[in-house]
Amino acid sequence: MTESTDTRALRTQGAKKPARDGGIRESAVSRTVAMAVMAVATLYFLTPLWWLLVASTKTRSDFTTTNPLWFADFALFDNIAALVNYRDGVFLQWLANSALYAGVGALLATLFAAMAGYALAKYTFRGRETLFNVILGGVLVPATALALPLFLLFSQAGATNTIWAVLLPSLVSPFGVYLSRIYAAASVPDEIIEAARIDGAGEVRTFFTVATRLMAPALVTIFLFQFVAIWNNFFLPLIMLRDENLFPVTLGLYVWNTQVSQIPDIRALVVIGSLLSIIPLIVTFLALQRFWQSGLANGGLK
Amino acid sequence: MAITRIGRAGAIAAISALALSACATGGTDAPGASGDCAPSDGPVTLTFTSWLPGVEEAVAIWNDENPEVQVEVQTGPNGNGGTYQNFFNQLAAGNAPDLGQIEFDAMPNFRVQDGLENIAACEGILEAEDQFVSWTWSQVTFGEEDAVYAIPQDTGPMAMFYRADLFEEAGIAIPTTWEEYEAAAVQIREKGGYINNFSQSDINAFAGLVWQADGQWFSNDADGWTVDLTGAETTKVAEYWQGLIDNDLVAVYPPWTDEWNAAYNSSELWTWVSAVWGANTIASGAPDTAGNWAVAPMPQWEAGASAAGNWGGSTTAVLKGSDHPYEAAQFALWLNTDADALTAMNRTANIYPATIEGANLPVFGEGVEFYGGQNIYEVFAEAGNNVNPDFTWGPTMTQVYNDVADGFSGAVSGNGTLLEALTAGQASTIAALKAASIPVKE
Repeated sequence: MTESTDTRALRTQGAKKPARDGGIRESAVSRTVAMAVMAVATLYFLTPLWWLLVASTKTRSDFTTTNPLWFADFALFDNIAALVNYRDGVFLQWLANSALYAGVGALLATLFAAMAGYALAKYTFRGRETLFNVILGGVLVPATALALPLFLLFSQAGATNTIWAVLLPSLVSPFGVYLSRIYAAASVPDEIIEAARIDGAGEVRTFFTVATRLMAPALVTIFLFQFVAIWNNFFLPLIMLRDENLFPVTLGLYVWNTQVSQIPDIRALVVIGSLLSIIPLIVTFLALQRFWQSGLANGGLK
Repeated sequence: MAITRIGRAGAIAAISALALSACATGGTDAPGASGDCAPSDGPVTLTFTSWLPGVEEAVAIWNDENPEVQVEVQTGPNGNGGTYQNFFNQLAAGNAPDLGQIEFDAMPNFRVQDGLENIAACEGILEAEDQFVSWTWSQVTFGEEDAVYAIPQDTGPMAMFYRADLFEEAGIAIPTTWEEYEAAAVQIREKGGYINNFSQSDINAFAGLVWQADGQWFSNDADGWTVDLTGAETTKVAEYWQGLIDNDLVAVYPPWTDEWNAAYNSSELWTWVSAVWGANTIASGAPDTAGNWAVAPMPQWEAGASAAGNWGGSTTAVLKGSDHPYEAAQFALWLNTDADALTAMNRTANIYPATIEGANLPVFGEGVEFYGGQNIYEVFAEAGNNVNPDFTWGPTMTQVYNDVADGFSGAVSGNGTLLEALTAGQASTIAALKAASIPVKE
């Protein structure tokens, strides 16, 4: 593959160390540099997380008075208790809302993207390429830019400040359609669809029983992408929602954070809340990581 | 953000309405003519957007007493954090709440964009003027005749928090003038501390200092707005603090951060010239210093004077397009004058009421342990009465704050001066007003 040829070339140009056991080996220099870069990157990404973890375990006074990167008195569970009791447990409501928006939104978005991508890949119809190009254009439009037009549209329908105001716009994923099409074209052979048809399966059944199985890695990728995107989506709920009980956790924590100057004690809740709010993302990511990787790689190759 | 342009189309119309009614020639556009504000028939539900933590408690008292007029609380981030932009979007879409929390410094923005109902004609509103600290009322009328655009809610009169123990130990007198303050700063620096921290990002705190010095940043008349970020008083204040920064007499930690809190907690910082609500900020951020703080009036520019500035404070406004301005106005007045409501809001959100009576609430009548048992609210009540009633905010304060803060953060690291930052802010503010089609005089 390209990578190994590159490294081999590097090695021959470099210190010409004898390659033991015939495998591909990198020069010590390039490996050290690569490791150093990765170590710095790891540190860069993990330090804030570490800070968050440490800060979450501290009491209010230790928070300002002790080393921010090391533990003091362990008060994690007290903090969690304070968080879930504050304002009748509204934080748990926010977590549930986020799970609803991200879970249901990503599931349906994946389904729609899979159907659209499959149709674009496997059926020929007039305007297919135009349609696909329009959808591709959608990838280029940032979600933030659409928030205000969406707000005005939902206002006309009288549907702002409802679950639908956040859920409906989350159901479309132009990137998902793109990935589905590419993946379906490559991994669902026409012969199998033909066979299914001959066996008497309708188009819908063929899609659900045959195509989706073959497209599974891509679908998991789309689901993960969309799940993370909706979970982190902040601007749309900010504009759409006014009822505290509908807030996703990102918006709720942001609102609290803006109240810090009024009630300074709330800061501790923002910190512990931030820690708890990223746990579902980490769990989802780790659980589906395998699929994510293979889906991404396949999508990139085609 | 492109969104900020929404709703600005009507700015010219709005500003001419503002100018017209200022001349008291009669409101062609003003809905304030008497008889305009009649009670609705039947039960009413009002929506009220506020970011005040726990405001639901006060609202619940009203809802219990007024089964016919129920108020539903909606919430969001603080004004500049997104709620103002939401209000403007909602006004454009025609689904704004009946009532909204708006800070004093954002009121002109809403007035210029025609986002506020004039509730002067509503029963009891004009008569309520006497109940409020005088400067707050001029902030909600813009000096117009027969006009009230909101009910003042809370204020942030400024005073000086100081470490009584450290001053006494060092034998330094509590400064009463800015001159003495600078002299004390030198002595404190010799002991290894700093007298204060200059906040590079709290431009509204700096505005409070200018306010105290009798400065004015904005004014408006029939011909449009005048911007004056570099007037004589502002220049005096800016050069004073620039001197302290240049001579390393004040610290320049970014405010509201851990290191800023830690500097107070470790006794490195000796004073904070701040608003009444800052009392909780210190108590929470510097727990180890409990009992050692006290509060004195702000240092003065002239010995023997008693001028004070103000930092913060909000109103409850009836937003344009409300179907029930009468009920909304009654609720706004009740919320901000009723002793139970004010007590509830003080308990949940530490607000300091804008009413004269509010200063006499039981909660303000006691000594505060963190401040060595001193009744600090006496100082703040006095300060509230000494705030210049004629200070005017501009219609684009968010932009002013951002632009000046950019310059200030450069200045504290030796990159330019505070005055240069204000000069640049002056130019960018005029440009911003023009871009928003708001008439401005140069």
